[in-house]
Amino acid sequence: MSENVISEVLAPQQSRWKFIVSELKPKASLLTIFNLISVPTVLIAAVIIVIRFIYGLSAVSNVTQTVPWGLWKGFNVVTGVAFAGGAYVLTFMVYILGLEKYKPLIRVTVLNGFLAYTFYAFALILDLGKPWNIINPIIGNSFGTSSILFLVAWHFMLYIVAQLIEFSPTVAEWLGSERARRNLKRLTIGAVVFGITLSTLHQSGLGALFLMAKGKIHPLWYSEFIPTLFFISSIFAGLSMVIFQGSILQRVFSYQMDAHSDERHNIMIRGLSRVCAIAMFAYFFLKIIDMVHNHTFGYLMTPMGAWYLVEMIGFVFIPMLLFVYGVRVGTPTLIKVASLMTLIGIILNRMNVSVIAYRWDAIPRYIPTWMEMVVTVSILFVQIWIFRWVIHRMPVLRTMETMTARAKN
Amino acid sequence: MSIDRREFLKTMGIAGASLSGVKALGASTPAHEASEFYAILHDITLCEGCQECEFACATANSLPAPADNDYPDSSIKRVLKPDQYSVINAVETSVGEVYTKQQCMHCAQPACASACLTQAMHKTAEGPVTWTEGKCMGCRYCMVSCPFDIPKFEFDNNNPKIGKCQMCFSRLQAGEVPACVENCPAGALTFGKRSDILREAHKRILDDPNGYVDHVYGEFEAGGTSWLNISPVAFDELGFKTNLETKPYPELTKGFLYSVPSVFILWPALLMGLREATKSDEQEGDNHE
Repeated sequence: MSENVISEVLAPQQSRWKFIVSELKPKASLLTIFNLISVPTVLIAAVIIVIRFIYGLSAVSNVTQTVPWGLWKGFNVVTGVAFAGGAYVLTFMVYILGLEKYKPLIRVTVLNGFLAYTFYAFALILDLGKPWNIINPIIGNSFGTSSILFLVAWHFMLYIVAQLIEFSPTVAEWLGSERARRNLKRLTIGAVVFGITLSTLHQSGLGALFLMAKGKIHPLWYSEFIPTLFFISSIFAGLSMVIFQGSILQRVFSYQMDAHSDERHNIMIRGLSRVCAIAMFAYFFLKIIDMVHNHTFGYLMTPMGAWYLVEMIGFVFIPMLLFVYGVRVGTPTLIKVASLMTLIGIILNRMNVSVIAYRWDAIPRYIPTWMEMVVTVSILFVQIWIFRWVIHRMPVLRTMETMTARAKN
Repeated sequence: MSIDRREFLKTMGIAGASLSGVKALGASTPAHEASEFYAILHDITLCEGCQECEFACATANSLPAPADNDYPDSSIKRVLKPDQYSVINAVETSVGEVYTKQQCMHCAQPACASACLTQAMHKTAEGPVTWTEGKCMGCRYCMVSCPFDIPKFEFDNNNPKIGKCQMCFSRLQAGEVPACVENCPAGALTFGKRSDILREAHKRILDDPNGYVDHVYGEFEAGGTSWLNISPVAFDELGFKTNLETKPYPELTKGFLYSVPSVFILWPALLMGLREATKSDEQEGDNHE
């Protein structure tokens, strides 16, 4: 202990710098199946991005004058933000409601949320026609305060900062600075309260973006309740992501798990499944009220109506029942299937509102190019790379004590 | 954390003020204000489809003139492009072939301008809705919001522009009328203050009730626009959008926007209160770790 203190006093900067450099090196074999797929994909995406910035969007993307927002906005931004909703729901449960049993999930979820938001901001920049003007709504005399997008952009930015603050104690622990950790920890509750408020507003704000597209979005998807629907669905989208991601992490990072982690995880996902099921019920119910209110039952008999039923019955109602049933019989597999189906349902819903049911009557229809898809997938891959790098090194899934104990052995 | 009475009243006061602000701001703009915008009337019964307005538009805005084989024909639908701000279409109707003109409608309360997060789309006091290149991010939210699908984006350009009619704003400032109005040989276009133009449109309908349908397109569409059309046949037969709101489109987002300050004030208070209320006894003794 005393040796540590002395070495820190003597050359704290230098040793920490050396430590960071050593951490940058890969810790495991780089030759994995995931890398064999992801590295070439990301390289191709890099070329596509260069082409996009030299020749304009139409060189790589199929977006049209009538459907101006495509896969990058519809999937990477609108859908991705809903998936990242787990961070605000879990911080609410743990820090506000004091449900300590979910604490082990906080760090990994906040990390995921932070990375997701950062990379979706990147996807947004790719999609902007004049990305160098992105500074305009932030500084200067160009505040479009009547714009929902202005609100969403600011919330996006502030929420990234809030999540960084929430995650910062973990980084401080990794760097071995106890004092920084203690100081940063003091900011957590403020960041959490601020973050939940921001999330409420921008999750619903993403839905509110489409309020002015009345008449351009199919009546089954357009609703004055869109903001509320987007908010409620972000709760079960985020939690389903936590459940689904958790089941993968348990396997991929099994060396970080102790004997009881499986059991602990199953208890947590049962609790989260209940929350999901209740939120999904509220969502489903509000959708029905909306249909009664807007007299849209007649559309159910059309092809778009069938597509709507696939989304609502197949990927909201059925997974909701699966969650309930899974909790009752206590089968983690059922719960994981339900979470995956819920995630697909969210993709369908967000893509429907922003792309598929948007100008559903337009000819020709927008179908993304393979290049758009490669970029979309690559953004996820790079996000996973960084996520993996952090999990291998920082005390995210395990505590600092278990990490040092393992290192000594 | 404890909330004393004074603090509580202060919070409620702020929340109350933001709520009452909703009412004051939510009131719609008085009609006479909107009517002082400039407006243009297109009388479809007079239009001969000669395309002079298109050529004048191209010259005034330094755009390529329509090609020789690009003329109104009822078998095709000509569309607006990033470098074509105005198109004439021939439409076969129950009263024979008529010509429609499509361009930005210059709404009194435009969806695009309220959607724009950088004020690149801007409603001027004179009436035209203008676009400023230096402010635009190219997010295309204006295109998503516009009920008439007017703004067009240069997808094939690495420094793309939004193309749409700006009612020749620079000409208006110089005291001239828009290029299309000035160059219309058939007298189908009339320019003036919106209230005068609206009166003129209704007068023509009253004077010839059999020659026109009793509908001034743009009087109420999207809350009122600065382009007004009168026609010998119903507007849905001409392919005009007839499923539009009669209130301004920005009204659709107002409810949400006004709830933002309330959430911003009430949420943190509620969350902190909940946190205090759910603390267990042992945690209260803790030093907020």
